[in-house]
Amino acid sequence: MSDTVKTTTKIAPQRREPSAQVSTFSAFRATLKRDLLIALKRRNDLLNPLMFFLIVVSLFPLGVTSDPQELTRIAAGAVWVSALLASMLSLDNLFRADYEDGSLEQLLLSPQPLYFMVLAKNISHWLISGLPVVLLSPLLAYMLYLPADAYWTLVLTLLLGTPVLSLFGAIGVALTVGLGSRGLILAVIVLPLTVPVLIIGAKAVTDASLGLPLGMHYALLGALLALSLSLAPLASAAALKISVN
Amino acid sequence: MTASNSDSSHFSQSPAAEALLQARGLFCERDDRVLFSNLVFSLHAGELLQVQGSNGSGKTTLLRILCGLNSSYEGELFWEGVPIDDDRETFLASLLYLGHRIGVNKILTARENLRWSAALHSPRTDQDIDTALEAVGLMGYADITCRNMSAGQQQRVSLARLLLSPARLWVLDEPFTTLDVSGVKILENLLAAHVSQGGAVLVTTHHQLDVPCPLRRLNLDK
Repeated sequence: MSDTVKTTTKIAPQRREPSAQVSTFSAFRATLKRDLLIALKRRNDLLNPLMFFLIVVSLFPLGVTSDPQELTRIAAGAVWVSALLASMLSLDNLFRADYEDGSLEQLLLSPQPLYFMVLAKNISHWLISGLPVVLLSPLLAYMLYLPADAYWTLVLTLLLGTPVLSLFGAIGVALTVGLGSRGLILAVIVLPLTVPVLIIGAKAVTDASLGLPLGMHYALLGALLALSLSLAPLASAAALKISVN
Repeated sequence: MTASNSDSSHFSQSPAAEALLQARGLFCERDDRVLFSNLVFSLHAGELLQVQGSNGSGKTTLLRILCGLNSSYEGELFWEGVPIDDDRETFLASLLYLGHRIGVNKILTARENLRWSAALHSPRTDQDIDTALEAVGLMGYADITCRNMSAGQQQRVSLARLLLSPARLWVLDEPFTTLDVSGVKILENLLAAHVSQGGAVLVTTHHQLDVPCPLRRLNLDK
């Protein structure tokens, strides 16, 4: 027994106070790495939003119209709506598993600022479900006969907008993570925040195909990104603390 | 590994053991049932406090209130004399909580889980993690996916966190469940060692504790 006591003394070294910034950054990086690792091991997390995006976009030529002249007019909106829906579908992964296995409590009890912990989870979530949508969008837009002028705008607006969708969506997920079945209430909370992104983004792409100026659209999207990046993780953290109660 | 640490106190300790955690006038109500009212207690350095009570008496709720995970209570909590609400960061830096849901992700390996747990407080090297796993009897399991481990082994992975954490206060909710006889002994030794180095432990368990260190009990049944 004395051997065991000696062993335990040596492992946890003298309590030193590492510089606060180094700790926060390494905790941030560790959380990011962990979430990416989990997603890599669970392939479905990567594939499902992408598949859903693909399927929904494909439904438009089938269900609305297959006439290229008309498709080209709705292409911008169709791709954006599909991106929004794919984002909402993927939100479930964000805090649910951690809530159920107790990792969320550990996160909330860490001495590091919660803003950075939640931001790390948001970033990894976007890398897994948002960025693939951005990268696949030109291909799907081609399927819907999106005018050539609008491709760059589509990618850029999605690049600016999908993080906002993730960040705002996370607030809704954080509020409802403790509830059993939450599909509808999640949509009710999240949609008012994310529909403006849809409206601005789709309008930007449509205006691009018409050759209209895009400055205001980019400015608004940029502002929404800045706003969500700075405030949404704080709101999510507060919501998580309530949910865990 | 030097032997210089084995005798000196791991945490700084004043001659009269200071009160680390204090609760005053704690009141909690759930589902129209008063769990505890005007609860007062204090936990000192070098103490192991076992919270006892029948099922539903509020043990888990009390622990969660102390950690700050549950905010529906009235009363005051102090850490090292300072109200916890005034300085949560210092309290959290000194706290390690292992709850009912053990915080082990089944998809990751033991090593990956512990790397993240450690990083939340201060990162540990892979060698430290290997040593910790060995100390809880899981040598060689570092790179096994937790889903492929038994419940008792997953519990041990969670307990390895105790060895990797610099926290002074351990709050453990039913840590002995799913452990076999050797696991129970290992955990009891860990608790005794921590307490002998100036740490403090608050634990709920139905298990009969057999530890070579002073043990106090707090009973929540009226």
